[in-house]
Amino acid sequence: MAPHDLRRPFKRPAISDQQRRREISLQRQAQNRRDAQQHARCLASTLLYLQFPQAEPASEPELELESVPEFQAEFGTELEVEFEASPREFDIRQASKLKGSQARKWFAGQLMLPEWMIDVPDQLAQDWYVFARPAGKRCFVVSTNGTTVSRLRNGSILNRFPSALPNGARARDASGSAQSYSILDCIFHESDQTYYVIDMVCWRGYSLYDCTAEFRFFWLNSKLAERSEWFYSKPFPICSPQRSWPEMPLLNHIPFSCIFHESDQTYYVIDMVCWRGYSLYDCTAEFRFFWLNSKLAETGACDQPSYYHRYRFCLVQVYNCDQAGLSAAYVPYVKDGLIFYNKHAHYQTGNTPLALVWKDENCSQYVIDTDSKGQIPSQQQVVLELQDNGNLTTSDDPPVVFGFLDEGFVQKSGLHPGNLLRFAISEGGLSFVDGKLARADLKYLGKSNRARAFADSYSKVVFQHMARHSPLQFDDLLASIGSSIDQEDKPSEVEMVG
Amino acid sequence: MAMEVTQILLNAQAVDGTVRKQAEESLKQFQEQNLPSFLLSLAGELSNEDKPVESRKLAGLILKNALDAKEQHRKLELVQRWLSLDTSAKAQIKAGLLKTLSSLAPDARSTASQVIAKVAGIELPHKQWPELIGALLSNIHQLPAHTRQATLETLGYVCEEVSPDVVDQDQVNKILTAVVQGMNASESNSDVRLVATRALYNALGFAQANFSNDMERDYIMRVVCEATLSPELKIRQAAFECLVAISSTYYEKLSPYIQDIFNITAKAVKEDEEPVALQAIEFWSSVCDEEIDILEEYGGDFTGDSDIPCFYFVKQALPVLVPMLLETLLKQEEDQDQDEGAWNIAMAGGTCLGLVAQTVGDDVVQLVMPFIEENITKPDWRQREAATYAFGSILEGPSPEKLIPLVNLALNFMLTALMKDPNNHVKDTTAWTLGRMFEFLHGSALETPIITQANIQQIITVLLQSMKDVPNVAEKACGALYFLAQGYEDAGSSSSPLTPFFQEIVQALLTVTHREDAGESRLRTAAYETLNEVVRCSTDETAPMVLQLVPLIMMELHQTLEAQKLSSDEREKQNELQGLLCGCLQVIIQKLGSSEPTKYVFMQYADQMMALFLRVFASRSATAHEEAMLAIGALAYAAGTDFAKYMSEFYRYLEMGLQNFEDYQVCAITVGVVGDICRALEDKILPYCDGVMTQLLKDLSSNQLHRSVKPPIFSCFGDIALAIGENFEKYLMYAMPMLQSAAELSAHISGADDDMLEYTNSLRNGILEAYSGIFQGFKGSSKTQLLMPYAPHVLQFLDSLYMEKDMDDAVSKTAIGVLGDLADTLGSNAGPLIQQSVSSRDFLNECLSSDDHLIRESAEWAKLAISRAISF
Repeated sequence: MAPHDLRRPFKRPAISDQQRRREISLQRQAQNRRDAQQHARCLASTLLYLQFPQAEPASEPELELESVPEFQAEFGTELEVEFEASPREFDIRQASKLKGSQARKWFAGQLMLPEWMIDVPDQLAQDWYVFARPAGKRCFVVSTNGTTVSRLRNGSILNRFPSALPNGARARDASGSAQSYSILDCIFHESDQTYYVIDMVCWRGYSLYDCTAEFRFFWLNSKLAERSEWFYSKPFPICSPQRSWPEMPLLNHIPFSCIFHESDQTYYVIDMVCWRGYSLYDCTAEFRFFWLNSKLAETGACDQPSYYHRYRFCLVQVYNCDQAGLSAAYVPYVKDGLIFYNKHAHYQTGNTPLALVWKDENCSQYVIDTDSKGQIPSQQQVVLELQDNGNLTTSDDPPVVFGFLDEGFVQKSGLHPGNLLRFAISEGGLSFVDGKLARADLKYLGKSNRARAFADSYSKVVFQHMARHSPLQFDDLLASIGSSIDQEDKPSEVEMVG
Repeated sequence: MAMEVTQILLNAQAVDGTVRKQAEESLKQFQEQNLPSFLLSLAGELSNEDKPVESRKLAGLILKNALDAKEQHRKLELVQRWLSLDTSAKAQIKAGLLKTLSSLAPDARSTASQVIAKVAGIELPHKQWPELIGALLSNIHQLPAHTRQATLETLGYVCEEVSPDVVDQDQVNKILTAVVQGMNASESNSDVRLVATRALYNALGFAQANFSNDMERDYIMRVVCEATLSPELKIRQAAFECLVAISSTYYEKLSPYIQDIFNITAKAVKEDEEPVALQAIEFWSSVCDEEIDILEEYGGDFTGDSDIPCFYFVKQALPVLVPMLLETLLKQEEDQDQDEGAWNIAMAGGTCLGLVAQTVGDDVVQLVMPFIEENITKPDWRQREAATYAFGSILEGPSPEKLIPLVNLALNFMLTALMKDPNNHVKDTTAWTLGRMFEFLHGSALETPIITQANIQQIITVLLQSMKDVPNVAEKACGALYFLAQGYEDAGSSSSPLTPFFQEIVQALLTVTHREDAGESRLRTAAYETLNEVVRCSTDETAPMVLQLVPLIMMELHQTLEAQKLSSDEREKQNELQGLLCGCLQVIIQKLGSSEPTKYVFMQYADQMMALFLRVFASRSATAHEEAMLAIGALAYAAGTDFAKYMSEFYRYLEMGLQNFEDYQVCAITVGVVGDICRALEDKILPYCDGVMTQLLKDLSSNQLHRSVKPPIFSCFGDIALAIGENFEKYLMYAMPMLQSAAELSAHISGADDDMLEYTNSLRNGILEAYSGIFQGFKGSSKTQLLMPYAPHVLQFLDSLYMEKDMDDAVSKTAIGVLGDLADTLGSNAGPLIQQSVSSRDFLNECLSSDDHLIRESAEWAKLAISRAISF
């Protein structure tokens, strides 16, 4: 007969911390798995809307630009709450109802926005790429249902045109699956009417057979990192104009993201967000650039413009950020500063310190911000967001507080939390203590241009401030490359960030 | 030959090691050369009255070991071996066994009983040996007492060995009749009466029908109650054990007997010897367990439809039950707090009082308070301790409104007692009671806090001081601090009241871990566990201090790895310490890794930390491996793609973990870590996938591996597929058939018990997560057509899950998600299949209107994906 199990002694500790650790780990893993699946599914849902912009023409957000409403009045509370809760995941049908500033905010949220370089990162030569930012408009290129749409940073439509991007023109048989997307991050250069592709985040499509072989080769290659390292030690081939549009039995919708260069009317593609459904959001920059180069040329998107391909797409030359690379990128031509990409950075929407922009007079016409008339104001101007508590903050996450408006002033001026306000930085300037902003001498100018979706970022304000007072020089960048090599063996120090 | 066997069996028990070893060797050879003849001669030896009892007994034991083993896979092998044995040999063996039941040697009889039960355990489920019960029970009344005893003992073992559904009701009736008659007061032989009582304990599970028959149930209950009054202690004890088993198996039938049972148990608790009194208390603990379960299940909302109504036996007995239990609290043993295994009437009484409080809630308080007030200040330590124990015991169950005023009054007294009481026993219980106060009555969910700005300083000072007391008191003080910290876990990133004391608390806990006597009363473990909880519940304010802990703990871990030439005892202690230190690092990694600024700084230690974890794998301790593995999983999650650089070195330990069938916890955790690494590395895990997949497939097909590891392995397939996308192609031909056959097995499990259903649902969830990951992984690839052949089966699986109606919410959520993933990836190709599927529409509609928002979310997704697949 089996002895009856003794009861667990009541006074002994009930907890086994090991069991608890195990359970917490399992919960974390299960949550991460759900997140990964949710992410994979969500990608399709987010793009689904982009795929059918014509489905509900009345609600196309870009048409609403002229009538920017106070969104408190315009939007039902419910919608607003859901939107605030999780902009990446919320229902696509609700996204299609977004208008005005909310719509712009949503689309603008899909781009990775570089911070301004206010100090030189460590390991610049080892961990970073550099490329010249073509002067032009940063945009997101989406080709869909036989048409290609580029959207500006603020979400408004720049161009709607046919392109050789998969499913970017009606010219081809569109009988195939429409479930494929690509998103490219570009700069449109107006004068040569070219989109310069600077990044690629996603690519989708079952049927582009001539991509498949390379795709397979690429993924099967276990030495990926070394190969792309090797690849990037040489400048990018710009494009191969001889290539013809490959025969594709099925054509797909493709969303992209670019900079439009007005003077040459070119989209410079700066990143690829989605390519044939493979989400590249979570890939490192290294990986995405490899893709960009290997895929884009083959589609014929780099070919000279034609009836079915109104604008040229170009790859931007990307260099390793060593002395040679930095100097090559710096060589003057019509461009707007340098962009630095951390090799390990994933495509992260919103402001990120892993992509940095830097300018001086030599490589940009727009070092110091101009006002709406193209004049440089005598005092630096900043745009800040008014918070519920009267604080004036930047667009960073978490926001940086620059100042405060008292309630009386807010009421008197008819301002509301969420308003974007323009200020001048007065004689007092910005003062810093231990590298942190301590005080800003602000003078209220008025509400900002209504087409703006965001306040300025902290790094932009500081960069502009430095540009006026003590700019970070190109020589500083070169010097840091030299010194960071010297310091390579230095043991890393622990920095407390309490 | 026969003579030889006797000698070998005797030699196998010789004092001389070489003789013994030789004998064991010859037995082994004999068994390998000719198994049937080996087993036959063993049975012959056991049944031969002329042989020495020592050789007969050993023959029986070897026979028993040839039929059963602890490890599940070995057990299955032995069952198959027996079933395939020559029938005539088996018949001879069984005849020999039955014959032995009438042997004059008690050891031979008893051994034969056990072997018969093992054979029955194998044969009855296969409808073999149908004559066994009849053979045992024929003319049982005419048998001599010693044979009757052996027969009843055999029936008891058989009932323990086989499940009730393989025995006909007719035979059950015969067994119960014989057993209950053997228990009856009219049975003059007390040995027979004892084995009959024990046999009833095992046979109770067979008596469903008999307990539904009033007359038969009355008879069984009367006989059991009478047996509790037997002059033999062992019979009384066994009879109370039967009552305990009846209280849980037939709770709903107890009503007519409960008054009598109360009288019997009260008398036993008061007057009987401890083994009997413990069982009498256990009866009430068991009734509490039942009522707590029932009340939990129905949430106090009973209707005529409820399966089992609550009879509120505990509530009705309360006025007499509580004083009876309080009385037991005064019967403490000296030094029971130092003895890990101690179990006595005072401990059982306190445990039961705690269960009573959980069962009846507020009502218990007024019955216990007078006892506390009367005894808490008495000079006799027993009274003070009993009063404190009583207070601690009722802190879970009654409402906070009822308890908080009392706790506010008592808190100061307890803090003083913890410092000043001269008796260790009282201090131990006091610290434990403080811990219970913090566990149940402190936290953000409670409106009126018992810990305030005014008293927190004093509480912490006292607890830290008490951590310098003797080990058992210090350990309880750590426990109290653990719950104190836990109460602040919702503080989030805002300020925590513990912040001003953080440094001091951590310092004190580290000091405890270094105490010479920290090995006693699991003090060191408690100190690390408390440190972990303090870290888990810390806020951003104290992140720099948590960060300072990292090099400290790493240094400690480093020192354990450097220790040389340890005795096996010392090594075991080192391994235990390594486990604790890895556990602590794991908690810190998870804490600091959860916010970007701290993660950035903390990751500078990642290389060194990883190197230490890898060295821990050199030890042979499963616990240390498990802890190191968990810590590495957390590190991979924090490091993301950067983790790739550790893979070449880490891989072999990963593989080792996946091969560890024996310590299946290690294997399970390693499987989880593979998932972490997939999500961290994504495609960079590809070079390691061949090895990992091979191992996982081996694990799945092994019958040695604990079944609980299998569902997570399926989920892990999904993680891998999601990470490597269409490169999963080459594994499809292996993984898919396995998923299919597991899916088929898990689709229909009618008649399974709750455990089996729970396991089946976790298996289904794993299978579905695998499908989800594979479909999503292939999404957008040119190879989606490779998945087409599997789609009908997946849809069929979803159909049958929907039809069976026994999925839990987690499975519903995953299942409807798979439907969406299938549609999403296969697109228009899957449209017709989905439209043909019998239940996908109903299933989807049901999920769309589910109360569970996670299910609704998945269903919305599936709806979207399906509408696209069907419209194209």
